[in-house]
This record gives sequence, C-alpha cells and structure tokens, in this order.
Amino acid sequence: MQLLQQILFTVCLGSASWFFSKKVREIRRNILLGTDEDLTDRPAERWRNLLLLAFGQKKMFKNPLVALLHLFIYVGFVIINLEVLEIVLDGLLGTHRLFLEPLGAFYTFLINSFEVLAATVLIACVIFLSRRNVLKLKRFISNDLKGWPRTDANNILITEIVLMSLFLLMNATDRALQLNNAEHYHNTGDFMISGLFTGYLQSLPVNTLVMIERTAWWLHILGILAFLNYLPWSKHLHILLAFPNAWYARLTSTGEMKNMESVQNEVKYMMQPELAPADATPPSKFGAKDVMDLSWKSLLDAYSCTECGRCSAACPANTTGKLLSPRKIMMSTRDRLEEVGRNINANGTFVDDGKKLLNDYITVEELRACTTCNACVEECPVSISPLSIILELRRSLIMEDSNAPGEWNAMFSNIENNFAPWKFSPDERDKWAEEMS
Amino acid sequence: MKIPSMAELMASGESPEILFWVGCAGSFDQRAQKITKAFATILDKVGIKFAILGKEEMCTGDPARRSGNEFLFQMMAYNNIQVLNGYGIKKIVTTCPHCYNTLKNEYPPLGGTYDVIHHTTLLQQLIDEGKIKLKEGGSFKGQKITYHDSCYLGRANGIYEAPRKVLEALDAELVEMKRCRSNGLCCGAGGAQMFKEEEKGETRVNWERTNEAIATGANVIAAACPFCNTMMTDGVKVAEKEDAVKVLDIAELIAGSM
Repeated sequence: MQLLQQILFTVCLGSASWFFSKKVREIRRNILLGTDEDLTDRPAERWRNLLLLAFGQKKMFKNPLVALLHLFIYVGFVIINLEVLEIVLDGLLGTHRLFLEPLGAFYTFLINSFEVLAATVLIACVIFLSRRNVLKLKRFISNDLKGWPRTDANNILITEIVLMSLFLLMNATDRALQLNNAEHYHNTGDFMISGLFTGYLQSLPVNTLVMIERTAWWLHILGILAFLNYLPWSKHLHILLAFPNAWYARLTSTGEMKNMESVQNEVKYMMQPELAPADATPPSKFGAKDVMDLSWKSLLDAYSCTECGRCSAACPANTTGKLLSPRKIMMSTRDRLEEVGRNINANGTFVDDGKKLLNDYITVEELRACTTCNACVEECPVSISPLSIILELRRSLIMEDSNAPGEWNAMFSNIENNFAPWKFSPDERDKWAEEMS
Repeated sequence: MKIPSMAELMASGESPEILFWVGCAGSFDQRAQKITKAFATILDKVGIKFAILGKEEMCTGDPARRSGNEFLFQMMAYNNIQVLNGYGIKKIVTTCPHCYNTLKNEYPPLGGTYDVIHHTTLLQQLIDEGKIKLKEGGSFKGQKITYHDSCYLGRANGIYEAPRKVLEALDAELVEMKRCRSNGLCCGAGGAQMFKEEEKGETRVNWERTNEAIATGANVIAAACPFCNTMMTDGVKVAEKEDAVKVLDIAELIAGSM
C-alpha cells in the first residue's frame, strides 16, 4: 500500500513537472519570436529594479493596504513552498514529516510560521475575492475582463483558499492523531492556527482521521501540482515572470521613443548620398503589424501581465470612455501570441492564418486614442509598457498603410513644407521677437 | 528689447550663454507667444545672454514621431541637428516639454547632444541664486494656485519639483489636484492628439482634467507647457469659469511678479 502510494506520487510529480517544463519552453519560444532588443546594459540598475520592483513590489505600495494584502499572499506563497519541499520528499520516500526529527523544536516553529502565513493568505484571498465580486471595483468589472479573464481571476483566488485550507486541515488532523497516539504520527507540539480545530477532530475515530489527513495531504500536493500547470494558461504567470520582466525593463527615459535606425539611415543617405553604402537596401518593414514584429520584451510584457487594470484606471483615454484600454492591449497581444504559438505547434513553423495583431486584435480606433502620456507605464507594478506596443503599431499604420486621419496628414504636410505642425509661413517664426523690439 | 538670432550673433563673432528653443507653439500660437515673450523678458531682465534660431528653427518632429511618422521625424531631427551643431550649440532652454523631451532624449542617439533644460528648472535656479527678485506682495500673493503636471515634463523626465518650487516663491497658496505628480492626468494633447479630433467617448480628456483643476477652488491653473495651456484654457471656457479661473504659464506668473 505504502509503495503503491510512493509510485503514484512519483508518477504525479514527474508528469506535472514534464507538462510544466514543456509549456515553459513553448512560452520561451513564443517570446523569442519577437525582434531583438539588447536589454542587458547597466546591470547594477537592473538588479536594483529586480529587488525594488519585483521582490520589493515598490509600485504596489501606492496603495499600502492592498499592497500589504498582496504581500501576504506573495510571501505566504513563497515561504510555504519550503513546506512543499518536505511534502514532496515525504511523497517520494514514503516518510511522514521527514524534517521533524532533524529539526526538533525548530520544526514546530517553522510549521507555526507557515500556518500564520497560510491564515493571512486565506484572509487576503477572501478580501480580494470580495473586491472583485462584491465591492465590484471598476477596474475589475470592465469589459476587458468579460468571460474567461474574470473566471481566471476567481479560479486563482479560490484555488489558493482551498490549498491553504487543505494545509491547515492536514495539520489539524495530524495533531489530533498525535494526541490519540496513532501510529506513525510523531509528536510535533501544538500548532497555532490549525490547533484551534484539533479539539473538534480528536473525538473522531482514528481511521476516519487518517482518511481525512491523507486526503488533505494528497489534495494539497495534487492541487499545487495542478496549479503549477494552470499558471502558464493564466494571468497568474506573473508570479514567475514579474522577476525577469523587472530585470529586463527598459532603462531609457520613458519619454524616449525607440529609435528606428533603418529610417535614420534612409534619411541620412537621402541627405548625404555620398555616405550611402553601395549595397544599401531599404528597410523591409516599418513598425509592427503582428506579434513577431514587436520587441521580445513586449512579448515578455504580454505574458507578465496579471490584468490588474491599474494602467487602464490611470489612462486618460480609457477613463474618459474611449475604446483604448492599455490592459486590453496587453491581453490582445498575449492572445495573438498564444494563437501564433498554437499555429507553430500544429504546423512546425508559422503558417499564415490571414490574421494580424493589428486590426484583428487591436483596432485603429484604440491606437488613435493614446496621448502617449506614460500613465500606464508609470502605473504598472511589473514594468510593462503598453505604450511601446501602441507606438509600434502606430508606426505600421502610418508608414506601411498610410492610414492617418485627415488632420494628421495636414499636420505632416505642414511640418514638411512649413516646418511647423500648423499652416504658418516659416518667415513668421520670429515675428513675436520683432514685435518685442 | 532686441532678441538676437544665432545668425546675427555669429555674424558679430559673439556666442550666447544659452539658446532659447522657442518651439512651434511658442512661435506661432497667439496664446503661447505670450509665454514666449514673458520668458524672453525674464531672461533679458536677469541679464542672461541668449539667442534664438529664428527662421532657422524647425519643428523637432515630436508630433510626427508619436503619430507614427518616423520618416518625417528623422528628417526634422536631421535638419535641426545640422543647424544646432553648425552653430556649436552647447546649452538649450525651452518652454515646451515636448521640445524638451525630444531635444534631451531623442536627439543624442542621432548625433545631437546638448545640455537641455526646461524653463521651469532654469527659473527655479535663477530664483535660488537670487537672480530673479520677486516683488514684495506680488500680484499672486495669497492666491490659490494649482499646478497641472505636464506628462512630458513629469513622468517622461521626472521634473515635478522645479515648477512647484517656483510657485512657492510667489507666496501663493499651492493646492494640489487629487491626481498630481506621477499620478497626474494628461491634458489630452500629447501623442499628436493636439492635431486631431478626439476619439469618441463619454467626455474629453481636457474637460475632465480642467474640472479637476477647477474643483480645487484655485484662481490660477499653472501650466508649464503651451499645449497643456491650450487644453486647459479650452476646458475653463467650456466650464464657463473664465472670470474666476485663469490658466497661466509659470513664466507668465514670474514675469508678472518681478
């Protein structure tokens, strides 16, 4: 019986790890479909960003209460994974509470710390669920999240509540079994949180308690393995990708648009033909039409987005009722990238499916509403830039499709002919100065 | 008052301490011309030797680039950098945050590297150094002023304090809007929106922002960008508060108190 359980556990752990690593490789491949961009300069600043933004969650603290609740879940989740290590080893070796003997009293202290964390995670998740479903905060009920995204968010919170409850139930029954002197259940001392329920459980027959304890143990670890494999399909992937995303964040001023060297050179060769190399080929593409035309960092951004909507809540276009929502820009980019990924999985290489990120996922109306104010970039707790994607798509609209509103075309021709966006004679540029003399 | 152009200074073998980059709004827009004149007056009074490019100045290309027209941007940048480098310009001051951002952040990779400063930063320095002396009991003393952060000054370049420090020197009561500094709400003009009709929505960005400014009870909305100025002035008109609320540039506030 014990051996059967060990084998079963090994199979579960192995297949969960295999599926997860397969999906991780797939996501990595998808991200690398993007264009090259070197983001490894100034490592000191990158480490600082990693520590402050990802580990320290600095931007979350704009709203300290929410940040604290989020921190509980995050710290709880990370630290409770130490307990998962023991559970995994127990499962593989067929032992029970392997670390109890070597750690002694410290073990009880550790488990108690985990229990406190589990309780705070549980409370925080309940509050977060109610913010979404009872208080109905505006950014959580917006159209962006209609359907699956809203279910996804609730799934995550409910799963975490269930996992934490199972952990506490497991400990409570374990302690009840210890107090009833059941075989294999070694004395750990009282537990702080689950201890509150041990008394009620103690009156149950030992067999029932063992059943409950084993079921809770199995469901807890199977739940964790299932959750691990749910991550790549979910917005919750941010718990992993927030870290690389903070490290690879662009360090240039947020006001600086990415230079298009190809166009810079085109203009240079036009002005100074003698500089043009004999084999100069004009650039083949301007801006981005599809996900493969975006920088790989924008694609990493898309996978790192947890759809919290702080960007859209701060966006001047979105808050005044325009179609543009920076969060939806990120979600659309990920959706399209996933679609391209499935296409590659099925065909070995990407086969044109007649669709593009531009127009099929993100409309011209959305792109046109952006004021490039950088509020979305400033807000994002995990260093995502929806603006980069918007601007690359805008470049394609103008330079590839000549798709501009009439007023912009007028502005372009004014700049070209009069060197100002309005139709004034360049001779009048210093008229104000003449008026002063 | 004579405002020399670079060409004139060059001809007489002189060079200025600083180039005043006026920008298209400051050069042509009637409202923004007043800001330009106010700032030029301050520079003159303080005795800073400055010059303008005059007819040789061209649009930096900011609205072209942000709307997606990289070609036009690169052409403007090429021409401007040729002119600026030709004159050996080292230091530039500008009253427009969009010009500021482009000159400071986007020209260096194209071969145009200058020490670029926004006029609010320069004004703060001049006040700190005691070179600008404000009248005792100036016309803005005790008035409620709210400062609207320009996106290209604030979030894009981290300049939040200089304009506020300048306003504090006026002895006015500075009141903040709920969304200020890094949380500041855009006026709606950036990203070449200034040059086209807004997309359809529930309200306009500039109305939303102006109403927020008016709600502070301020008599003056201080701006540091000619485009924000236009947007907020329009918002005040729509709210029919022209008699109670004025939209003024930081340079105008200082010029009026010297």
